Amino acid sequence: MIQIPALRFGKPYTSLEKATLIHHVTGEPVAEVSQVTGSQIARDLGQMERAHKELRAIPIRDILEIYRKAADYFVTATLPCGDAELTFDDYVRNLSATTGSPMVFCRRNALKVHYVLENIEVVLGGLTRGLDLTALDTGYATGGGRTQAFYPTTDVFGAVLPSNSPGVHSLWVPTIALKMPLLLKPGREEPWTPMRVLQAFIKAGLPAKFLGFLPTDHAGAADILRLCGRSMAFGDDKTMAPYKHDHRVEIHGTGYSKFIFGDDQADNYEQYLDTIVEGIAGNGGRACVNASGVWTPRNGKAIAEALAKRLSGAKPRPWDHPDCEIAGFARPEVAEAIDGMVTKALETPGAVDVTEQVRGTPRLVKEGRIAYLLPTIVRCDTPDHPLANKEFLFPYASVVECPQADVLKRIGYTLAATVLSEDERFLADAMACPNIERLNLGALPTNRLTWDQPHEGNLFTHLYRQRALNIAPTSHATAGPAARPVAAGRDVAAV
Amino acid sequence: MRDTPGKPTPVTGATLEEKCKNAKAQLDKHFVETVQWHFNPETGTPFWLEKAKSFDFNPLTDVKSYADINKFPIFEDDWLRGGPIRKWVPKAYADRGVYVFETGGTTGLPKTRIVIDDFKIDYEMMSDTLPDKAFPKGSNWLMLGPSGPRRLRLAIEHLAQYRGGICFCVDLDPRYVVKCLKERKIAEAQSYKDHCIDQALTVLAGGHDIKCMFTTPKLLAGFDEQIRAGKLEDKYRALGKPIPAGGLRSIKSAGITGIFSGGTEFTPQFTREAYEEMLDDGDVYMTPTYGNTLMGLACSKPIGPDDGFKISYYAPQPRAVIEVVNPDNFEEIVGYGETGRVMLTTLTKEFFVPRFPERDEGEREKPFDKYPWDGVSGVRPFAALAGGTVVGVY
Repeated sequence: MIQIPALRFGKPYTSLEKATLIHHVTGEPVAEVSQVTGSQIARDLGQMERAHKELRAIPIRDILEIYRKAADYFVTATLPCGDAELTFDDYVRNLSATTGSPMVFCRRNALKVHYVLENIEVVLGGLTRGLDLTALDTGYATGGGRTQAFYPTTDVFGAVLPSNSPGVHSLWVPTIALKMPLLLKPGREEPWTPMRVLQAFIKAGLPAKFLGFLPTDHAGAADILRLCGRSMAFGDDKTMAPYKHDHRVEIHGTGYSKFIFGDDQADNYEQYLDTIVEGIAGNGGRACVNASGVWTPRNGKAIAEALAKRLSGAKPRPWDHPDCEIAGFARPEVAEAIDGMVTKALETPGAVDVTEQVRGTPRLVKEGRIAYLLPTIVRCDTPDHPLANKEFLFPYASVVECPQADVLKRIGYTLAATVLSEDERFLADAMACPNIERLNLGALPTNRLTWDQPHEGNLFTHLYRQRALNIAPTSHATAGPAARPVAAGRDVAAV
Repeated sequence: MRDTPGKPTPVTGATLEEKCKNAKAQLDKHFVETVQWHFNPETGTPFWLEKAKSFDFNPLTDVKSYADINKFPIFEDDWLRGGPIRKWVPKAYADRGVYVFETGGTTGLPKTRIVIDDFKIDYEMMSDTLPDKAFPKGSNWLMLGPSGPRRLRLAIEHLAQYRGGICFCVDLDPRYVVKCLKERKIAEAQSYKDHCIDQALTVLAGGHDIKCMFTTPKLLAGFDEQIRAGKLEDKYRALGKPIPAGGLRSIKSAGITGIFSGGTEFTPQFTREAYEEMLDDGDVYMTPTYGNTLMGLACSKPIGPDDGFKISYYAPQPRAVIEVVNPDNFEEIVGYGETGRVMLTTLTKEFFVPRFPERDEGEREKPFDKYPWDGVSGVRPFAALAGGTVVGVY
């Protein structure tokens, strides 16, 4: 069994309280993860002002070089993980073992993390909208005759992470490049990816004092969100409700992602079925960008049946099978609870589980210690049905009929929406729709992400605020780099 | 201050075996006397006199030793909810001033317990276990813990007075905190906690020569966090007082030498963290306690790194008894080192509570020289009940 300590900004810490992670199939212990308390986190955060100052002093070019090396180490090196040394394959195997996510999904998602590490300049370019990255050294950049200056909003960035999909780790990976100390609270079953990224950074030369790996409980997570000047957190609507109006916390909650047919394409639904199936069930259907709804002005019944036929063939396969399509639940009681919620909601008239009719077997499958939920398409008569706008941790989608004129008003918060239409006016309405966070126009799955665009917030604007910067002309002769705006020819006008 | 009448005589003996034997004899005698008191029509407690009518034994004639405790039914905590409160006052004490202390009560009726002198006796016994170096006689105390209808505030104040000091208190309502957390008002609960700690810092900054304090584990952590963040120094600045050389960024530098802590769950990890990171590697002495309004309080073996910060509690026998029992058969005491549910029995002239199954579990501990009777370690919420209760919130 692997012993994984906390990393308290340079100091490994083995706690008397440990979370035991078990193999979801065999039930055997895989690792023990040291847990820290909220007060320990608070104590560590007291050192962050100094750490931030030291990290700011490292030139961005050096940090980008660290990213390039870390990207390579992440996939090729044997890296420490507590008292073990893990190859990339070992890492993927452990990740799958404790989360229940099949190895093929774990590998695919880990490569997303690698992509961000390897392409950090592209990602930063997207997040900063092309800002000259030396601005991260100097605090400002000049270009096109303008000066843009920024200041950090915090001394540390905290991330309260989930266990369900390792791909989400791509979101915090740019933090160090933005010259911000990083505190990670890993999901209970998923210490593997955060630890591996941090170890790749350390092997690449980043001082460990900028990195915190602090497994903790719910109260400790709340302390992270309270004490870090900026943070991100993953959780369901209920968990995240207290932070809904806290601008310091970037919430990654339930996605309610959707495909939306326009009037002009509703009769052509068959040509979009592959795209929709990928959006619903890709990566096991567990991500917030997986579609949980297909909204159409007509042909709801036909669309539901066509999707059900495509998805009803999915079968549980062993976690290490290369053709896995669905993820197992390491805690079968969670699958049972979700199944019960769907079944209970189906008692409300106006909805039918079309996949169960096509498949002829229940959605809940138990095998040994684990359980699976088979893909489920529910046809809802109206958007008001309790299952019309729900998201679950498995490939689930409702098919809902709603007139085009109403749909953008009825969809509610939608993280990723793919609008299937060529109607320019409808597309323009979609472009202006405030309910949609990520908008895809045309046949793109909802879960197709580009890492150089914001995802439920922009890490750069979360960690930096733009400020006005004026420097008196007389100071530039002795003030060094800070005088560059003037040197660039921009006189400071009195306003 | 003189002892409150009723403090039991310390157990003596040349060897641990002899001490254990004497402790058992003391308990047997004390148990029989307590039963005689509560079930005697002249001195007895109305509740028990009425309850005895349903017994299939006569407490006055059939109880010969502590082993007869199993003749009594399991004590149901619902018996303590609702009035009239006088049913719990022994007839012999009808003319005494009576306190009522509450426990629980965030929703619905709290449990109530009458007290006359018990809290004083309990805390005087506890005082005898405190090292004078860490809790100097005559020094003043700070009470940062639950107040209101709970026993703690008066008990700590009495403890301070018994040791020749004066106790400064902060008002804290844990029911409000529980309510906030149940309604997921996390920020409001935090704000209230900060408000309480802020008052404590104000007291500390007042120059009252405070060396000892009581607080709960959560508040101790919050108190340490605020001090490390410079809030005590801020108080000094606001009062126009100079900050001493070396600063005021730790509990030790604030002048505290001893901390008596309890009220909520104490884990070895928290104890280690407190010892290593809040209290300067044990320079500030801390003793955990386990107790409640019903039982009194159990003292801990001295804690430290030598035994992995293990916390073992021992009841103030013979006034209270802790047993670790099979959760499926309360009459079966588990073996030493084995896990079971914590069963409390309170045996004072003011209050008789036989066989009360606590909401905790732990491991049965062997007697040792200082406490020659069974103890319990690793106390935590009873697994079969955990999940439905909000614990350790203040």
